[in-house]
Amino acid sequence: MLETITLLISITFMYSAPLIFGALGGVTSERSGVVNIGIEGMMNIGAFVGTAVCFYSGNPWLGFLMAGLAGGLLALLHAVASVTFKADQTISGIALNLIGPGFSLFLCRMFFDGATMSKPIANKLPKIFGNIKTGSTAVKNLNLDITAVLAAALAVILWFVLYKTKWGLRVRAVGEHPAAADSLGISVTKIRYTCVLLSGIFAGFGGGCMTLDIIPQYTPTAISGQGFIALAAVIFGKWTPYGAYGACLLFGFAQALTVVLGGGKFAIPSEILAMLPYILTIIVLILFVGRAVAPKEDGIPYEKGTR
Amino acid sequence: MQLTAKILKKPITSALISVVFGFLVAAVVLSAAGYNPWQAFGALFSGMFAKPKYFSNVIIKATPIILTGLSVAFAFKTSLFNIGAEGQYIFAAMVVTLLGMKLNMPAVLQIPVLVLAGIAAGGIWGGIVGILKAKYGIHEVITSIMLNWIALYLSNYVVNLQAFHQPNSTGTYPINTSGYVMLLPTWKYSDSGKAFLKRIPWLKEVMLKTDVNFGILVAVLMAVLMWFVLYRTTKGFEMRAVGLNRDAAEFVGINVNRSLLESMVISGALSGLAAAMSVMGMAPHNISTLAAFENNGFNGLSVAFIAGGSPVGCIFAGLLFGGFLYGGKNVQSEIGAPSEIIDIMIGTIVFFVALSTVISKIADRLAKGDASHA
Amino acid sequence: MEISDAYAVQMRGITKTFGSFRALDHVDLDVKKGTIHALLGENGAGKSTLMNILYGFYKADGGDIYLNGRKVRIKDPNTAIKHGIGMVHQHFMLVENFTVMQNVILGSEVTNRLGVIDNKKAREKVMGIVEQYGFSVDPDAKIEDISVGMQQRVEILKALYRGVDILILDEPTAVLTPQEIEDLIGIMHNLVKNGKTIILITHKLKEIRQSSDVCTIIRRGKLIDTVNPQKVDEETLAEKMVGHSVKLIVDKTPAQPGETVFEIDNLSVKDRRGLEAVNGLSLKVHKGEILGIAGVDGNGQEELVEAVMCLAKAENGTIKINGNEIQNTTPANAVKNKISTIPEDRQRRGLVMNFSCEQNMILEKYNQPPFSKKGILRNGEVRKYTSELIADYDIRPSGCEAMPARGLSGGNQQKLIIAREISNDPDLLIAVQPTRGLDVGAIEYVHKMLVRERDKGKAILLISLELDEVMSLSDTIAVIYGGKIAGTFKQGQADEKTIGLLMAGGEQNAVNS
Repeated sequence: MLETITLLISITFMYSAPLIFGALGGVTSERSGVVNIGIEGMMNIGAFVGTAVCFYSGNPWLGFLMAGLAGGLLALLHAVASVTFKADQTISGIALNLIGPGFSLFLCRMFFDGATMSKPIANKLPKIFGNIKTGSTAVKNLNLDITAVLAAALAVILWFVLYKTKWGLRVRAVGEHPAAADSLGISVTKIRYTCVLLSGIFAGFGGGCMTLDIIPQYTPTAISGQGFIALAAVIFGKWTPYGAYGACLLFGFAQALTVVLGGGKFAIPSEILAMLPYILTIIVLILFVGRAVAPKEDGIPYEKGTR
Repeated sequence: MQLTAKILKKPITSALISVVFGFLVAAVVLSAAGYNPWQAFGALFSGMFAKPKYFSNVIIKATPIILTGLSVAFAFKTSLFNIGAEGQYIFAAMVVTLLGMKLNMPAVLQIPVLVLAGIAAGGIWGGIVGILKAKYGIHEVITSIMLNWIALYLSNYVVNLQAFHQPNSTGTYPINTSGYVMLLPTWKYSDSGKAFLKRIPWLKEVMLKTDVNFGILVAVLMAVLMWFVLYRTTKGFEMRAVGLNRDAAEFVGINVNRSLLESMVISGALSGLAAAMSVMGMAPHNISTLAAFENNGFNGLSVAFIAGGSPVGCIFAGLLFGGFLYGGKNVQSEIGAPSEIIDIMIGTIVFFVALSTVISKIADRLAKGDASHA
Repeated sequence: MEISDAYAVQMRGITKTFGSFRALDHVDLDVKKGTIHALLGENGAGKSTLMNILYGFYKADGGDIYLNGRKVRIKDPNTAIKHGIGMVHQHFMLVENFTVMQNVILGSEVTNRLGVIDNKKAREKVMGIVEQYGFSVDPDAKIEDISVGMQQRVEILKALYRGVDILILDEPTAVLTPQEIEDLIGIMHNLVKNGKTIILITHKLKEIRQSSDVCTIIRRGKLIDTVNPQKVDEETLAEKMVGHSVKLIVDKTPAQPGETVFEIDNLSVKDRRGLEAVNGLSLKVHKGEILGIAGVDGNGQEELVEAVMCLAKAENGTIKINGNEIQNTTPANAVKNKISTIPEDRQRRGLVMNFSCEQNMILEKYNQPPFSKKGILRNGEVRKYTSELIADYDIRPSGCEAMPARGLSGGNQQKLIIAREISNDPDLLIAVQPTRGLDVGAIEYVHKMLVRERDKGKAILLISLELDEVMSLSDTIAVIYGGKIAGTFKQGQADEKTIGLLMAGGEQNAVNS
């Protein structure tokens, strides 16, 4: 029994890490007023670059960093489209969801002999207590992945910056009333660019969590919906870092249940469990009807003179 | 200058410019990876046109995405973003397959029943989005994304149920043959059929080597019908008014919520029709477990974007993208460049379509600049 | 006038063009230190543009700016603030779900080395200013919860927090009661006593004479004149502003009201936040009568119109037209019962801007013969109908049937809406802020149209925030305050002071003291 519980905890934290990074990226971008549907694509490119760099360099941390960079580069496209060109942010996000996996697979074939899977890496990201060999399985299960800690740390940092510092105040102002911020000399462009880039970097980290920790390689289905679950978590968590964090843990838990209960005695079909995050989100949306929770100017390009 | 401005403002211009940029970026990526872009594009086009059966397959591949493109485009005109075309397609495919498996009526009944079932199923799945928007004000992009995944997992669940699962496969049993909509399926394999076709080689190739079906006719018909509904009927007038200015429409007495719901139902129905045509018109006439989206709906998004939301434009955009998707396989087999370059190219085209609002702004500025000299 | 440091602001030869529209044409301005200087002009005259250039929001295409005798380049609001210039915009620049404090310090936060905001220090500084100038402001209240008058004080506070010496106020009195306007003028005089300079952008003649030392008049982007408003009467100011003599009263014969056509009885409507916006309101409009509702923005006018149009729920009470109760039915039903409305916001509620003029003309009638048959539109009939109305109402440019409505000027867009609503042949015509943003010629036209319909025997309900318009156009004047009718008078029965007092919530009897 204890074993099962600790296994559940361990898998929950492991699976939720990529979601948390993706969701925090979503929060960052949307708080500044830019909708980011392209998280899935950014996670995808991050997933590939992360594991590929690790494979060729042997260093998973380098891979992790590069994963973030890759996500950030893709996000740069979104920033240019959304902020400078004032393009439709949903279309741009969808385009990135096509370009991201496209590049991932393209590069994968280039660097891994035409295969659509990368080769497994030898060194994954470590666990927090390193390689423990002794102790019961239950205890060993509590040796969480370091990604869980990183994700939690990012959530705390983001919360602090958003609500306690001047940059957070400005970001939130830009998302709610960019003209007000502009009239006080705050650069709406600079803030939105920064936030969109950060959201790509975080999403890239999320992809890295997947292929540097959960599975040891990149496959075409490594990122299959995590970006959209992250989006759901942003909404579920009402655009706050701690809300998104909690939502991701919940969704990660649902996925963990699939693994732990899947074949066993409780036999809830895995597909039904897989639907859970999405159904829950719709229910939450219905319950919170009429409450304006999204940043007021989310998704609306800012044009001077439109007051 | 005025002429340039006028040309720039036409929607087809942005579409063409986006396609050109798509090719440009693809060329750059290919070169950087050490491939010759011209060879690659050559392989692409020969993959589309070189043999009659290729061309036939392009049309077959284009059919579902013309319809899902119409689905998105129609919703677009009423200011709704139907990203849920994928889920509506999956759900309808599931319903059509199950019904087609269990019912075994003569073709003259089976076909219409299955088609209507597909339309209804898609309409229902789209209607859910519509109700959530009309009643609760929830943005359709979010609910559509959720419902896409719910449809996927629901479909997988059903595929794996013992009642429907075909042993030793990843899919269900196929629908009964009375539901097939290919062109003269039994005749073309009969002795008299084969004898006839022997005399016309290209027709023989097309008929025997591909699943030529009525889908394309249905798709073209639907495009024309949707154009008529949108621009010539009072219903379409109402929906476009709601799409362009919801507040004004409400003020003059139009029932906005009902209009939005109707639009989502029609939009979903179109995607459902696409699914019905596919299951009924193409081998293996069943559905399988999906590890990821097959992109019938998402490709429809791209089609609608590049068609600028125009129903008739979806026909051409659908053919273009169908060609890319099908012919793209040839790029890999002929010159070894990864066929994902096509995905990158399509993604880039959509990206530039997103940017193309800039083009009409430039056009406005050119026109104004002219007027100040007048 | 030469450049000298006796002047806080001097602008020379300012020119600004937007596309092909020349907003400002070589305008000069001299503002003496420690004065209240008014900028008078109609909507679109260029006064806001001029000040936005001073504040760095826009960049001038030509000309120079001198502050205290020295030439400066103001490239953005930050620079303007550094030079001691602050601006309170007409549409407030406040983040709704932030507190007063957060709005005041935004962009100029007091922080420690890590960027963490020092709330205590910020509060000290803010409250210090509040006490010095004698405002009343609650620093922890959220903007969405406080009154419009207090929001405006927050805007002024924002500027003072940044140490401005020159304060620009853009149309500050549009949203205030007569009482709050007096308070604001008091605050302005107080600021000037403390050494500040104030530039007041406005088109309200009365307030200029009550508050300002100097007045510069701008018309169509050009400087017209600079006068001492204490020595010049309102008619002269109006004439300079408009360019020709202006009739400040409407031409009309006395009303001959008939039976009651429209009756509201004890109506209650909640606003968007669930508070009672209309609170037991009753009124009657007769055939051949213009009933004008005077009131400050935010006293229930919006919710009243929405309830009549069935866009908002009537919690209590009845709305009857020709004896039929129509509350809580549908907008389509209101239209069917011969109620037509000229909405307040023509771009949002009145027109589909991307539709053509003819499509907008049949926006309410597309389902009726002869414009459609069995669900299919008959474009020929639509075109014919529209062409007739364009000719009748002189909508320009003629031949605009197929042109998108956004291509028309504001005045012509309004004419389109009026043509459409009047040709519904309504029994009750509601006109909400019908002349907002229009130039004087268009205003005269709209007033003429409304009087014409009244003479035809229609019942007209006029709701306007311009007291002058209500007083000169209406046969009967009702004052709305706090969601109720505070008083009803026949035209000529009450003067502006009485009505102004009721608009602000005063008691009718207290007037004659």
